[in-house]
Amino acid sequence: MKFTVNGVRHEADVEAEMPLLWVLRDELKIKGVKYGCGIAQCGACTVHLDGEAVRSCQIWAEDAEGAEITTIEGLGTAEALHAVQAAWIARQVAQCGYCQSGQIMQAAALLAGNPAPSDAEIDAAMSGNLCRCGTYPRIRAAIHDAADRLREA
Amino acid sequence: MSRRSLTRRAFVVGSVAVAGGAAFGVYMLGKPHDNPLEATLGPGEAALTPYVRIDAQGVTLITPRADSGQGVAHVQAAFLAEELDVDLEAVRVDPGPPGAAYWNTALAGEAAEFTVPSGGLMRDLAESALGAAMKVIGLQITGGSTTVPDQFVKLRAAAASARETLKQAAAARTGVARDALRTEAGQVILPDGTALPYGALAGDLAGVAVVQDVALRPPSAWRYIGQPMARIDMVAKCTGTQTYGIDLEIDGMVHAAIRLNPAQGGAMTGFDATRALQMRGVQGVVAVTGGIAALADNTWRAMQAAEAVEVDWGPAPMPATMAQHWQALSEAFTEDRRDSRKRDDGDVETALAGGEVIEAEYRAPYLAHAPLEPVSAIVRVDDGKAEVWTGTQIPRFVQKNVARIAGIDPEAVTLHAQMMGGSFGHRLEDEVVRRATEIAVQRPGVPVKLTYSREEDMTHDFPRQIAMARLRGRVAEGRVEAMDLRVACPSVMASQMGRQDMPVPGPDSQIVAGAWNAPFAFPHHRVTGYRAPELAPVSSWRSVGASHAGFFHNAALDELIHAAGADPMEERLRLCSDPLARKVLEAVAEMSAWTGPLSAGRGRGVALTTSFGVPCAEVIEVRHTDAGIRIENVWVAAEVGLVVDPVNFENLVQGGVIFGLAHAMNCEITYEGGIAEQANFDSYPGMRLAQAPKIAVRGLENGAALRGIGEPPVPPAAPALAGAIFAATGLRLREMPFSRFIDFA
Ligand code: FES
Ligand code: FES
Repeated sequence: MKFTVNGVRHEADVEAEMPLLWVLRDELKIKGVKYGCGIAQCGACTVHLDGEAVRSCQIWAEDAEGAEITTIEGLGTAEALHAVQAAWIARQVAQCGYCQSGQIMQAAALLAGNPAPSDAEIDAAMSGNLCRCGTYPRIRAAIHDAADRLREA
Repeated sequence: MSRRSLTRRAFVVGSVAVAGGAAFGVYMLGKPHDNPLEATLGPGEAALTPYVRIDAQGVTLITPRADSGQGVAHVQAAFLAEELDVDLEAVRVDPGPPGAAYWNTALAGEAAEFTVPSGGLMRDLAESALGAAMKVIGLQITGGSTTVPDQFVKLRAAAASARETLKQAAAARTGVARDALRTEAGQVILPDGTALPYGALAGDLAGVAVVQDVALRPPSAWRYIGQPMARIDMVAKCTGTQTYGIDLEIDGMVHAAIRLNPAQGGAMTGFDATRALQMRGVQGVVAVTGGIAALADNTWRAMQAAEAVEVDWGPAPMPATMAQHWQALSEAFTEDRRDSRKRDDGDVETALAGGEVIEAEYRAPYLAHAPLEPVSAIVRVDDGKAEVWTGTQIPRFVQKNVARIAGIDPEAVTLHAQMMGGSFGHRLEDEVVRRATEIAVQRPGVPVKLTYSREEDMTHDFPRQIAMARLRGRVAEGRVEAMDLRVACPSVMASQMGRQDMPVPGPDSQIVAGAWNAPFAFPHHRVTGYRAPELAPVSSWRSVGASHAGFFHNAALDELIHAAGADPMEERLRLCSDPLARKVLEAVAEMSAWTGPLSAGRGRGVALTTSFGVPCAEVIEVRHTDAGIRIENVWVAAEVGLVVDPVNFENLVQGGVIFGLAHAMNCEITYEGGIAEQANFDSYPGMRLAQAPKIAVRGLENGAALRGIGEPPVPPAAPALAGAIFAATGLRLREMPFSRFIDFA
């Protein structure tokens, strides 16, 4: 399969049904995308596929053929943070941090389509992302904070 | 708080020359020769854990305590920065140089150095299970609530000594008296303003006698402690650059996936791997204790192959149905199973002899730990030695068990502790490392990375103990008169330590933790623990015994208060016998503006549990909607002596409340034929963002001792929620999870 990840073209010789999650993690060694459940229940594996937030554990390699994929590493870096990452850091959201790549990718997709989401819209968009450490109050605050940052930018 | 009572007289400061600098740390007084490092260290190597190393590169905190998400490394760095006059951002944190001899042995040294704090779990354990087991358990919970208190004095003392020794080195070099020097931002400053960076002085340290008995700075001089801090791991965790154990790759590594007998603890009696071996990338299928492992060139391929193996399984060594598990608990309320009676005020028998006796029974289910990162370990065994890369809270046991399985010396096992994606007690067990080692000995020289699937992880977790309680109580004249609470459950300590071949003598106070020490004075009050036989193997789950007994005691008290016609908050305040706990209750009463019953369809509950030495109270407010119970607000206060970092504190408390609520709402592990019926988050849902309430947090600082906050917010959440649901609906919930009886919106 051929596809683009974080602006770089990649080729992977894998089974058609290998989940994109494992293509990214084990074949391309892009480890920011996390495995939590494998059955679309936790959101830890969330990436952007052609601009949309998807669970990479549910996307077969063959369905990602030709796609533009963005992972947390491509969203922003320590030197050039995306507004959502900056808000996450300002609000000190993470505990163990394991869910946060997926939370941030989900939130970034939400804000890309809806620059000023209400609490109800945040609830609807974010409730597929499980945080076992219980950082939800800070996630909610950080999304509002990120929306402000994006508006000012 | 009387921070002065934590005198550093208990410690002597050590300084050891290291290449290009010096290391500073603390030993327990009288223990320096117990430190096993002394025997194995080369000249110039440090034997202190944790400790601060100062060399040409600057200041590094060496701490072997892996972090499961509570920001422990960050807090320790702040303690250092406070006395050493370095910027927090300039402190590097290092788990120690991988492979160096002293890293291994330092793990053992940590147990020898462990001190018993004056309260909470450790005190209970010291009373009930003296000796090796206590030390071991102390070691186990260092990732949680005891690390911060333990290091609060030690690290500051080490840093203060380091600072003065650096000044001494500057004095020797410049001829200016030490008293005339000051320190700032990682530099010694001369009276004329000349700045000598610590790194530049490091080389001189070897020739300078360490300055001892440096007075610690008073709280009024603190720059970091008590202030909001930016966690040092935050940027990495928000940019996808934090490496967890599951992310690690070692050259030449093979991936392994496991399939264990679905019936917990059952044997593997035979397998046929023909089909699996034909699958792409598969490099073999091997037997491990209780199952098989498939090896492949990729995690997913290994998991697919493990599924394709045909395996014969033996039966589970536990009762076949949940009804039988509950039956075993129900039959444990007998004299010969009596384990402890740590509370026996007044005369309960006489008080309950006449008049109306209120009776009720309560239940708490098995619960999985389920941190979001499934467990994994990389093990390489070769040539009489082994290397292990894993996230663990029990490094010493890991070392011992790898050595036993590989048939080598524990000293020949090098452990590289990895960042953990949560634990909640899960990483106090080391099954994944044992299995990985069993595979690795069959592939000498090859690093084997074993990654559990979520399903294998959840169904083979050693869950939180199942527990049952029986109440008999009496009220009179609008007051609670008598409570007789009997609690039965298997011993989590015996189960957990049994897997490490360590007997736990004496009673297990965790059976009644949070109940026997409930800070209330009724005229007649008795709490008795009964030890049920082990059913499913169980393990420490965030807040351990208080997670069930704290629920039972608060729920029982609510029933009695209701029968007395009193208000749950007012009656608790009247009965509260501990001044620190009373302040916590008063705080949540004030924060929530508690005024008694709310309008129809709304309700509030309150609970107070003291666990790990921390009284923690919560008020929870719910609304009964068409879709079910909606948890809207939580007000929580805890007495911790000192809030080290208010932001991290608030985050941990909110997380603890959510953890307690999530499991009380809708989580349980049930076994049918020994097989866990919940294998993933579809059947073990927990709480989602849309369900998360507003949570207002207050930390109180009236107590004398600094306490950790990892566990204490968990126990009050379930009973406060039950109380709120009762107030809103009239439904009295006595068994978790509550979703068995009511829906949640
Ligand atoms: S791993 Fe994909 S949703 Fe959990
Ligand atoms: S921060 Fe640990 S799972 Fe979300």
